[in-house]
Amino acid sequence: MSAADSLGGAAPLIDVHAHFFHAATPRGDWAQLNASRLAAGRRIGITYHVASVLGSWGATSPTYFQSSRDTVTGNDVMYDVQAAHPDRVRAYVAVNPNDAAFAIDEIDRGVARGAVGLKLAAARRCDDPLLDAVIERAARHRLPVLHHIWQHRRRHWPAQDISDGADLAVLAARHPAVSFILAHIGGGGDYHHTFAAVGDVPNIFLDLSGSGIDRGMLDDALAAVGSGRLLWGGDITLCTGLAKLWALEHVGLDDDALADVRWRTAARIFPPGAFPSLPSVAHA
Amino acid sequence: MTSPTAARPRAPVPLDCNAYIGAFPFRHVPHPDPDVLVRVLAREGIASAWVGHLPSAFHRDPTAGNAELVRALAPYAPVLRPAPVVRPDWPGWRAALAQLVAAGAPAIRAYPQLWGMAAGDERMAALAEACARAPCALLLTVRFEDLRQRHPLDVAPDLSAAHVRELARAGAGGRLVVTAAGREFIEEVHWGLTPIEREAVLYDFSWVWGPPTDELAVLFRAIGSARFVYGTMWPLRLTQGARANLALLPDDLADAPLADLSQW
Repeated sequence: MSAADSLGGAAPLIDVHAHFFHAATPRGDWAQLNASRLAAGRRIGITYHVASVLGSWGATSPTYFQSSRDTVTGNDVMYDVQAAHPDRVRAYVAVNPNDAAFAIDEIDRGVARGAVGLKLAAARRCDDPLLDAVIERAARHRLPVLHHIWQHRRRHWPAQDISDGADLAVLAARHPAVSFILAHIGGGGDYHHTFAAVGDVPNIFLDLSGSGIDRGMLDDALAAVGSGRLLWGGDITLCTGLAKLWALEHVGLDDDALADVRWRTAARIFPPGAFPSLPSVAHA
Repeated sequence: MTSPTAARPRAPVPLDCNAYIGAFPFRHVPHPDPDVLVRVLAREGIASAWVGHLPSAFHRDPTAGNAELVRALAPYAPVLRPAPVVRPDWPGWRAALAQLVAAGAPAIRAYPQLWGMAAGDERMAALAEACARAPCALLLTVRFEDLRQRHPLDVAPDLSAAHVRELARAGAGGRLVVTAAGREFIEEVHWGLTPIEREAVLYDFSWVWGPPTDELAVLFRAIGSARFVYGTMWPLRLTQGARANLALLPDDLADAPLADLSQW
C-alpha cells in the first residue's frame, strides 16, 4: 500500500504509544498481535511505531510491577523488534523505578541498543522523589518519558500504583527540561481532570491513544494544551486511533497544526535522529 | 484546509441504529442537536439514523422526553427516525407503545438495568413481545460510558448478557438490537442461544475493537457479519469509530455484509 492510499493519509505519522508481545507472555497469539499491529500500521500509514514491552506482561511478574529479569527480557525483545523493522519501529526502554540503580543501568543499556525514549508504567506513583534519579538519567540521554496515567486517580486500582495528571505535573515541575508524554487520554478515567491538571505545565504532552473516543475529548484537549502539545498514538486499539486521526480533521486544526499532532512534535521531543526517514525539525 | 485522509469504505451506510440527541447528565456533550446530527451523517456517508433521546434514559417517566424527541426530529424525517423509550413497568405503557409506533418509531429503547429489572424480568419479556407485534425493534444499551470514567453518582450496572439471553429465549419473535456490547458479551449471548434464538439478536460494534486484537474480525468469522449492524453512539462517541473499525478489517472481510435495518 502506498502512502497516498493510506487510511490515515499520506503525511508522516508517528504512533508514540505502541506495544509488542513475545513468547514468554500469557498471550498465545503474541506473534499474531505483533503482525497485526504492523499490518494495520501499514494500512493506516504509520511511519514509526514507538513501542515498549512491559516485561513478561504478567506471566512471571506483574505487568506494572515487573521484575528486573522480566524487564531485561522485555526490553531485549523490544530492541529485537526494532532491529527487525529499523525503518518502522523505535523502542522505549521500560523500567520499574523501585530499584533505581538497576533502572538507571537498564536505561544506559537501552540507549546503547537504540532506545529513543523511557517508558514508566505504574510501579511507583510518579510524584515520588524516588523517580528523580531515573528521570535525570533519561535527561542525560535526552529521552522523553512516556508515563502510564489513569485520568483522575480517585482511589487505588488493582494491580497498579497508579498516577494521574496532577501527579505527573509534580514530577514534570521538578524536571522542566524533560519532555513527559502523559499516556492515553482515552485510556480510562476522567480526562477533563487531566486537562485541568496539566494545562499550564509546558513540558507535558498529551498522547491521544486509548480505546476512548468520546466526542469532545479532542476538542477539549486542544483547548487545554494547544496543538503543539498533542501527540497521536494508538496503544492497544488502533481502530480508535484511526477514528481520532480522522476526527482531528474536524476540530479546527490547520495543516501545520495537524502535522504537529501527527509527527512533528514527536520528532521535536525525541532525540535527534530518532526518525531518520522524516524531515529534520528543531528540537525541544 | 485540505483533507489528508480519504477512505470512506462501504459508503453510503444505510442506517446508524445507535444515535441520540440531548444532553448526558454526567458530562458535557457538545451540540447534541438534530441539525448537527444530520450534517454529521451526511459527512460520514450515512443515509439515516434511529435516534434516541439521551436524557430520557435517566428519567423516571419517559413520556415528556419522548414527545420532545418526536417533535425535534419531525423536521428531519425521514433521515432521522425516533427511537423513544417505553418502560414496561409504567402505567399505560402498551398505549404509549402503540402511539409511538403510529408516530413512526421503527425501534423502542429500553434500559432494564437503569430501572432495576433483573435478567428474566417478565415485564421486559412482555415489552419484547409487544414490540414484535407492533412491529418495531427493541433496542438495548449495554453502557453509555467506559466504566473507568464514570461519575460517582453513575452507579447503575451495565446491561448483562443474561438480560439479552432471557429476552431472546422468551421467543417473542421480534428483533433485539444490542448496542455498545463488547466482544465477550456478544459471544456469551450468541453461544448461549439456540440457532433459532440467535436469529433474533443483532449487535452494533461501537464497543468492539479492531487491530491488533482484531476482535471484530474474530466475531465476523465466528458468528457472521450478518449479525451486526452499524451504530456510532453519537453524540457520546465519535462517528468515525465504526467506520475505522470496518476500514481496518482484514482483506477477506472487507466486503462482509452487515444486517440492514433501514427498512424497519
